[in-house]
Amino acid sequence: MTVVDVRDHDAPTVATGAPAVVERIRPRALRPLDVGLFAGSVVAGGALAWLVFFRLTPMGGGLGFVLGWWVASLFVYRTVVHRHLGRQAATDRVMAVVVGSAAVGLFVPLVLILFFVLQKGITALNWGFFTETLEFTGPLSPADEGGALHAIVGTLQQVGIAVVCSVPLGIMTAVYLNEVRGRLRRPLRAVVEAMSGVPSIVAGLFVYAMIVANSGSIPVIGTVVSWLPFSGRFSGVAAGLALSVLMLPTVTRTAEEMLRLVPGGLREASLALGAPEWRTALRVVLPTARIGLVTAVILGVARAIGETAPLLLTAFGSASLETNPLEEQSSLPLFVYQQIRSPEQAQIDRAWTGALVLILMVLILFSLARFFGARSKVARR
Amino acid sequence: MTVVELDPSGPSWSASSDVPRPITVRRGFGDRVFRGLAVAAGATTFVVMGLIGLFLAVESWEALQVAGAGFFTDSAWLPTDDPPVFGIAALLYWTVVIAVIALVLAVPVAIGTALFINEYSPRWLRGSLTGLVDLLAAVPSLVYGMWGFYFLQPRLIGLSSWMADHLAFVPVFEVRTDKFASSAFVAGVVVSLMVVPIVTSVVREVFSQAPQGEKEAALALGGSRWGMIRTVVVPFGRGGIVGGSMLGLGRALGETIAVALIISPVFEISPRILEQGANSIAAHIALRFGEASGVALSALVAAGLALFVVTLVVNSLSTIIVARSRSGQGIEL
Repeated sequence: MTVVDVRDHDAPTVATGAPAVVERIRPRALRPLDVGLFAGSVVAGGALAWLVFFRLTPMGGGLGFVLGWWVASLFVYRTVVHRHLGRQAATDRVMAVVVGSAAVGLFVPLVLILFFVLQKGITALNWGFFTETLEFTGPLSPADEGGALHAIVGTLQQVGIAVVCSVPLGIMTAVYLNEVRGRLRRPLRAVVEAMSGVPSIVAGLFVYAMIVANSGSIPVIGTVVSWLPFSGRFSGVAAGLALSVLMLPTVTRTAEEMLRLVPGGLREASLALGAPEWRTALRVVLPTARIGLVTAVILGVARAIGETAPLLLTAFGSASLETNPLEEQSSLPLFVYQQIRSPEQAQIDRAWTGALVLILMVLILFSLARFFGARSKVARR
Repeated sequence: MTVVELDPSGPSWSASSDVPRPITVRRGFGDRVFRGLAVAAGATTFVVMGLIGLFLAVESWEALQVAGAGFFTDSAWLPTDDPPVFGIAALLYWTVVIAVIALVLAVPVAIGTALFINEYSPRWLRGSLTGLVDLLAAVPSLVYGMWGFYFLQPRLIGLSSWMADHLAFVPVFEVRTDKFASSAFVAGVVVSLMVVPIVTSVVREVFSQAPQGEKEAALALGGSRWGMIRTVVVPFGRGGIVGGSMLGLGRALGETIAVALIISPVFEISPRILEQGANSIAAHIALRFGEASGVALSALVAAGLALFVVTLVVNSLSTIIVARSRSGQGIEL
């Protein structure tokens, strides 16, 4: 990146007394004056915000004060820089602060969320959380009684079903989009795009209407669905199918991007050696992109694992351990949702522990995806 | 095996004819199976989308017949009354209000973050920052809702009441109660956090395609960094900003659990976003599903169908806009 220093362009520097010595412009060098101006502005802005929020218009609250501080500091900083270095520099500096604080404003909540969930969730975290269920735990039991084993088992099974359904489909669709390149390519890409925007509750309603309720209002499809062993009731399989509707577009899009990274020369070399298309795809293209495909799957799982809304409509929930996904099952998000909505503190504590476990699962999956993603970049070179 | 062969009935080779020989491709058995499987996989996506629309339409038919045109104009939701009265007017209104609040907060932050990652941050930091944005997108909506209710809401109420005290001349900041919790404003702030990552990643991608030559030209002409951004990067990425915002709008409209945890449902349309009471179609479905049956259930499916159609339209528009802005329009080099 080329960076041009704007400090000394259109306004004389502060020290214009002695002539001849031209100060060398070093882009990105931080001078004491810059730091001083900025720090001074922050302090002055803080004082101004304090005056406004605690003296003139009281009861602004902590957040209002922080926002006011930010606005006042920007105002002071702009005025001061304008006086020293001119208008253009002032705009540039102020916008740099604005852009930087937007980024900070985005990452502060992430840190706050992680710490808050950790702080709330650690209180009820014990070994029993992973080995017990809520079968014999009433609403008034203390938080260290009962656990989420049934929910964790349910989540693993449902996400597993979603992976089994959506990963082969998603990768084959990506192969169609990038290797076969048939006539449906453009409309298919548009539909995948549209599908990724389907609200999760709508996916839940769809699976509910098609499988769980199965009122038979649509002639042929209704009959075919009624042959399935899980039709006509709430079940873990239905939840898995709802999740796979949500996972499919994520897997397809990421997998397609990964296939696009495979150099065309490899394909051409394979075809030129006389290999048929299927062999080229199966033995050359997919193995080359395998690490990227793992990333695609992990990202899809990370999206599906925290979904709550579709599970309300499909898995329904249960307090005891149910290892048969053809029956009503609980799942970790469902467990957390049902516990957090109850009035008892012990149940709310349990919900926070569930949320902590859930967010740890997402973090682990995410780190894995980053790890494999980084490796796939190395493999490309 | 792919075999390219001469069409035997085609013109024979002679120096006089310059007609290209017709090429036919004869695929082997394996290739036909392979292509068939790939087409089938692609077709499944079409079929699933079609089935979603079909099943929602069929299951909501009963409720739509009962409610008639009132489904779009009524705001009450009393499907078990006699006669049943229900409509999505208030639900749709509050859904849009929450989504708009979320976007108003999210879009500037997303643009700022995208610019920071692309133009301000050192190169070694860029990968990690992008990863953090993706991580924000992966945090479950349920966790956002719980955090919003227990952590953010108590801290936002002070700001709400301050705005109600000092900015009440703007109609939307007016309040008629002293209850500020569970409002559309609080829900909108939480949803904005969930929307930012999506908008950021779209905007960042479009910004990063701004032509390097023009950026360097702007700097070489003596422009400051902000001057370069204002004259090159932002105009180039305008389509991405609009498209990314609409994609975010689609997500915000469909947000369920976080909204369901925060709001306390109301069924009347009011412009006062700071006071207690809001609603959204998705949250309404999640909250009422357990107790619904018969017409009430069908009515919920009908609400879901409306949400599906709205998000589909918004998302398709955003896809078109983003695709246009990516096609290289406006590059003059």
